[in-house]
Amino acid sequence: MVQYTRARLDASFGAISDATRRGVLEQLGRADASITELAEKFHMTLTGMKKHVRVLEQAGLVSTEKVGRVRTCKLGPRRLEAESAWIERYRLLWDERFDALDKVVEELKRKENIDGRKKRD
Amino acid sequence: MDARREIEPTPMKNRTTVERKSERELVVTRTVNGPARIVFEAWTKPELFKQWWVPKSSGLTLLSCELDVRVGGGYRLVFAHDGSTTMAFFGRYLEVTPHSRLVWTNEEGDGGGVVTTVTFEEKSGKTLLVVHDLYPSKEALDGAIASGSSMDAMPEMLDQLDELLVALGAS
Repeated sequence: MVQYTRARLDASFGAISDATRRGVLEQLGRADASITELAEKFHMTLTGMKKHVRVLEQAGLVSTEKVGRVRTCKLGPRRLEAESAWIERYRLLWDERFDALDKVVEELKRKENIDGRKKRD
Repeated sequence: MDARREIEPTPMKNRTTVERKSERELVVTRTVNGPARIVFEAWTKPELFKQWWVPKSSGLTLLSCELDVRVGGGYRLVFAHDGSTTMAFFGRYLEVTPHSRLVWTNEEGDGGGVVTTVTFEEKSGKTLLVVHDLYPSKEALDGAIASGSSMDAMPEMLDQLDELLVALGAS
């Protein structure tokens, strides 16, 4: 189960490792869009955009539906999973940042102690 | 007597939590082993701030860090990514209450409009930090999460440097 989830998270990470694909997801978070609209928005060829959408679709982050001649894209079924993956990565980022803050604070405390001692002397 | 005593000088690592509190809010918490006065200093003095703000794993290098920490004062952080691309984060301080509260705007990026509030709560020599991001809409937070944006500490590519300079000049 854990492994299964991890594989899925990896797929999600892979899909969002690309700036254009992140942009597409952000765009679809705001409103559904056709592949043509996305290609225009990101100044890409239709073929190029189709490739990106396919990667996102395979990761379950986007789903598409063809109505007539237009293929409409929207955020997909694995959104929640993407959300927990995102939250965990965001947490790790802050955790690393706070670890560094701890060091700075330790150093400031140390200096203050030394200065305090000097003043008392 | 007690073996644990020996490792006491290295304080136990405190836990970082992240929670989506509501449709528009994201909250990060962490306790830091130091008084609020000192922790606040580390958030407001550029020479200290730049020592910890940029996670090493992000692959970012901080090129410059300007923090004009007073109500209405601006901040601007410029980063290099992979040695080539540069990007900037900028905004304004809305509230500055020494040792207890900082509020700033985040004006980079398309959506922009995120307001960050940091509170410093001291308890027996330690400080509980709560970093609260309020997004302008549910769609904005959904979009940020879906796109994985804040994950890379979200960049404003300075390929669009001119636009940014115009925006700053106009404000």
